[in-house]
Amino acid sequence: MTELVNGKGLNLIPKTDVKQTLKDFKSDQEVRWCPGCGDYAILAAVQSFLPELGLKRENIVFVSGIGCSSRFPYYLNTYGFHSIHGRAPAIATGLAASRPDLSVWVITGDGDALSIGGNHLIHALRRNVNLNILLFNNRIYGLTKGQYSPTSEVGKITKSTPMGSLDKPFNPISLAIGAEASFVARTIDSDRKHLQAVLREATAHRGTSLVEIYQNCNIFNDNAFEPLKDPELRDDITLRLEHDQPIVSTSKAVVRAANGGIEVVARDSVSEDQILVHDAHHPDPSLAFALSRLDEPAFEHVPIGIFRQVDRPAYDVLMAEQLEQAASAKGPGDLSELLLGGDTWRIG
Amino acid sequence: MTKQVQQLDRVIIRFAGDSGDGMQLTGDRFTAGTAEFGNDLSTLPNFPAEIRAPAGTLPGVSSFQLHFADHDILTPGDAPNVLVAMNPAALKANLGDLPRGADIIANTDEFTKRNLQKVGYTGNPLEDDSLAEWRVHAVPLTSLTVKALEGFDLSKKDAERSKNMFALGLLSWLYHRPTEHTITFLEQKFAKKPEIAKANIAAFQAGWNFGETTESFSVSYEIKPAKLAPGVYRNISGNQALAYGLIAASVQAKLPLFLGSYPITPASDILHELSKHKKFGVRTFQAEDEIAGVGAALGAAFGGALGVTTTSGPGVVLKGETVGLAVMTELPLILVDVQRAGPSTGMPTKTEQTDLLMAMFGRNGESPVPIVAPSSPSDCFDAAIEAARIAVKYRTPVYLLSDGYLANGSEPWRLPEVSDLPDISTEFAVKTDDEEFLPYKRDTETLARAWAVPGTPGLEHRIGGIEKAEGSGNISYDPNNHDLMVRLRQAKIDGIDVPDLEVDDVHDGTKVLVLGWGSTYGPIAAAVRRIRKAGGKVAQAHLRHLNPLPANVGEVLKSYDKVLLPEINLGQLALLLRAKFLVDIISYNRVRGLPFKAEELAGVIQDVIEK
Repeated sequence: MTELVNGKGLNLIPKTDVKQTLKDFKSDQEVRWCPGCGDYAILAAVQSFLPELGLKRENIVFVSGIGCSSRFPYYLNTYGFHSIHGRAPAIATGLAASRPDLSVWVITGDGDALSIGGNHLIHALRRNVNLNILLFNNRIYGLTKGQYSPTSEVGKITKSTPMGSLDKPFNPISLAIGAEASFVARTIDSDRKHLQAVLREATAHRGTSLVEIYQNCNIFNDNAFEPLKDPELRDDITLRLEHDQPIVSTSKAVVRAANGGIEVVARDSVSEDQILVHDAHHPDPSLAFALSRLDEPAFEHVPIGIFRQVDRPAYDVLMAEQLEQAASAKGPGDLSELLLGGDTWRIG
Repeated sequence: MTKQVQQLDRVIIRFAGDSGDGMQLTGDRFTAGTAEFGNDLSTLPNFPAEIRAPAGTLPGVSSFQLHFADHDILTPGDAPNVLVAMNPAALKANLGDLPRGADIIANTDEFTKRNLQKVGYTGNPLEDDSLAEWRVHAVPLTSLTVKALEGFDLSKKDAERSKNMFALGLLSWLYHRPTEHTITFLEQKFAKKPEIAKANIAAFQAGWNFGETTESFSVSYEIKPAKLAPGVYRNISGNQALAYGLIAASVQAKLPLFLGSYPITPASDILHELSKHKKFGVRTFQAEDEIAGVGAALGAAFGGALGVTTTSGPGVVLKGETVGLAVMTELPLILVDVQRAGPSTGMPTKTEQTDLLMAMFGRNGESPVPIVAPSSPSDCFDAAIEAARIAVKYRTPVYLLSDGYLANGSEPWRLPEVSDLPDISTEFAVKTDDEEFLPYKRDTETLARAWAVPGTPGLEHRIGGIEKAEGSGNISYDPNNHDLMVRLRQAKIDGIDVPDLEVDDVHDGTKVLVLGWGSTYGPIAAAVRRIRKAGGKVAQAHLRHLNPLPANVGEVLKSYDKVLLPEINLGQLALLLRAKFLVDIISYNRVRGLPFKAEELAGVIQDVIEK
């Protein structure tokens, strides 16, 4: 934990000496998600995780867009900004770029981040401002009552697609890696321990971290991720991504395929040294991208964990450095000098 | 040969050529020399949106008009006394604006059969009598330039490129402009290519010497320096003044400046200018789109910065939802709209005043936003500070409506003393022991809420686009609360302190008031002068604050028999004034992408007086 507090992702953010608890991060607002919503689990996980960071509470800001998940900031006793549909990454970028002393979180959903806000998301990722983006993916529009979303599987029957949806979904992890995000991870609402472990790494990362959280919408898309939660199935189909560890589930393993790509095979069909060892820190995103492509809608195997975690200068730090460079090279700004710059002449 | 020197009180020159001929640079340098000499001046660059339209064609013509005088002037002038035409297209495109007797300096080298045909001339107008009503000076500018540069290690094409400097030299001789600054400028501009610098200087000097020796020009002209108010002056364009105004506002507000912007004509120069001033702590963020530009500015404002976004009409359309969020969250934000001809892409490089109603109403819900409009290029400086003052004091987004004419036009600017600039600083909220923090509790005088920035202990709170309960700011769907909040937001904007409308009325019994807003100030004032000079009576008033309007506007409007309102739109302010004051405004509207001409407005005013 000491290491975390001194981690690069947080080293510009003021720490507190006061011991914090989950209660410190609960706001006085009544939580109003549907009973049974996966958001409750994520909220509880975040509220119980934040004290461990030891940050001054006033230096934490949650920014959200529009959607069920975007109500999140109201329930945390930090600074919060519930903004407009899709625009949270843009608003958070302005805040984080001008205030490197803040821990800025973006709470978004699959519709918010990948439909209306797709442009802002990819540009935030490429820019690498110091943001933690939590993308709650339930593969459905909840707040507008059940239309298919950009992560819904093809053929999804919803109110707006009675004969099945036609468009191919985004894979948020592939999208983020394609945008060369410096930190990309996936976790699941029901696994608090894993979720918090991923958040721990995401907050320690200086730059934009994207965390996709599989989240269950029990009203409009119930059990979308059930195989990953089923005690009989989950260990078999979950391919745990841990840096420097072989990529395996209880019965499966990821190996190099004959065609140069990667594939999932029965674990007992290969020797240990044939199994691919995960390298989240590799500067080339190709392998991380290939891992993200292992998903398939039938949930026969799903990689979970940190796909990619590379060091890249954070935009806010670079921006602050340019200001410092300009001031040290030219001296601090002087308004009179500015106005008198250029060709002047005197009358009278 | 001793040449005659004639005294003039004012001159309007228009440099016109192909987009690639360097006419904007030529105009800029002539302006710099003129400013240095001490004339009053006003400029009007006019260029196509295409970076390089096909050479020699009418759409490719770029021009720069400069009006300079020995007295104070208000506009870049209606009709040029001198047209420098670098090719047949430039002649043809501009001839219609030339009054009888004006001088035409034409580059004969470009009047080839092919170039003439390109623009539909069947004969050469320089050789037949079709230009008889003007004084034509046929000068082979290109070949004279090439000849002057014979000793240089340059290709013919490179040598030809300096023809604009030859023309500048000739005009500098003709109007007794100082030369030192142009030479220094060329040395600096081409510091890395000394051969090019030398060639341009040689071409410039050859142009000057040509004037001195040729018989084509028997007279040169002197325009004495203007007697302007004492002070230190510099020439400034509207975009540059606006950028400086934003920096000054940041200094005077003691807030770091954050610009979120997406490139768009004619606003991009503000982004370019501000990005040069990082030593003032100015953060410039070139966003992925217009929406992110304003979003980032609002995010920075939440964090305690002076948040600014700069754009033009099509960008404003995209920013609307974020402006609404700024209204709802009651955060300071400056929205600069450098208006251009619309709708849609319209004419990006041409000016218009057609975004007023969009700034007023272009959002969902009851969403009032203050509007400030500068009246001249240098006034963009003060207007930017005023917009910031309102934004910071009242915690509201503010529209600053400039336009293409102000943005690119320039004039001498008497520099303000920094110590005279207003203090527009504010206090962030801090935790007090005795009171619970209520994010939407209002100042009783301004109705502004507290600005509580992240990092302040004890003030953790949540804001957003959903309706707020009065005081607490918690989400509320209560009908009466919504009605109250709608009225409070409106009352806050209505209650902004704006100075009374001043009326310039020098006679007793004046019956006609001519009212304007924004960039029409110069042409209207020049027209009013003409009317008065001819013995007519007319009053003038100019609105800087469009929302809220000054408290005395209704009274002013009602104190004249007739109110004339010229606008470069189809009557947007007239619509607002008629609705609010039930006064039958007489509108005069032209939307040609160009500023009004003083003569044109004088005619309109005279008609209204006589009717």
